[in-house]
Amino acid sequence: MRLSPDERVFWHHGPAKLNATILFTWVVMFVLAAGSKLITRRLSTGAERSRWQNVLEMIVIGMNEQIGGLGLHPPERYLGFLGTLFLLVATASLGTIVPGFDPPTASLSTTVALALCVFVAVPVFGIRGQGLGGYLETYLQPTIIMLPFNIISELSRTLALAVRLFGNMMSGAMIVAILLTVVPFVFPIVMTLLGLLTGMVQAYIFSILAGVYIAAATQSHGRKRASTPSTPAPATT
Amino acid sequence: MDQTTVIAVASIVIAGITTGFGTMGPALAEGRAVATALTSLAQQPDASATITRTLFVGLAMIESTAIYCFVVSMILIFANPFWNHVIAQAPGK
Repeated sequence: MRLSPDERVFWHHGPAKLNATILFTWVVMFVLAAGSKLITRRLSTGAERSRWQNVLEMIVIGMNEQIGGLGLHPPERYLGFLGTLFLLVATASLGTIVPGFDPPTASLSTTVALALCVFVAVPVFGIRGQGLGGYLETYLQPTIIMLPFNIISELSRTLALAVRLFGNMMSGAMIVAILLTVVPFVFPIVMTLLGLLTGMVQAYIFSILAGVYIAAATQSHGRKRASTPSTPAPATT
Repeated sequence: MDQTTVIAVASIVIAGITTGFGTMGPALAEGRAVATALTSLAQQPDASATITRTLFVGLAMIESTAIYCFVVSMILIFANPFWNHVIAQAPGK
């Protein structure tokens, strides 16, 4: 019973190993890069546009709106990082439709790497938005007693990001593998469907949480209240 | 009971109990979260985008504790260091 795609090794030379995680990460990278390059070869700004360009525009505009909804302005500045996170995890989950594909996010190495990217990106965006002093001040919010707790929460939420994504993807793959040995007829397909759904939800969750952490780091306490999305006035009774 | 049996029994029992009890709390919490979200959606349908997004983020945070329990169970069953240790010692005996 394979616990992770790390154990499926295709080629090794001494300590260097080409395992399924690395290979399928390359496949996802190739699909995303080559697909975008092909679709954006001839962009049109008129009313006539190709189907695929429409799809890409829907995806990009949708992500832009979500990032804007978190209170990050201008959203284009964060679209590169957060959008790539979402597309990577979503494509890795979608690939489970193809038989023989092990989602690279089912390995703890990939998810820890992605979580470390978020861990580094939050201070980078925070310092870029507020300056070094302003960013360090967020650790003292709301009182200076919270300083150790803020530091601990910074580390623990990075770990939580990694383990959440890893646990969801690994459990999806493992359930299908177990069901294939027990009831190989219809249930594995149903569980693959469920795994696909949770994979897409986890992609959304991962990028939205990264966005929430960045928003918390780039907004000082006073400004945060001003830029939360306004809710409609409660219905008067 | 020798050491191998004790480790095996403890790992198996605790793996089952961890997932069994560990998923009860998050399930109850998620039920309450969704119920409250549905109530708010019924009261303010135009805030549905914000409510839905916040609901999903909250559900993911609650779900992660259940995932931690699952990961511990998997470690106990498949990557158990104590079991590997006694199994590695077994040929020597």
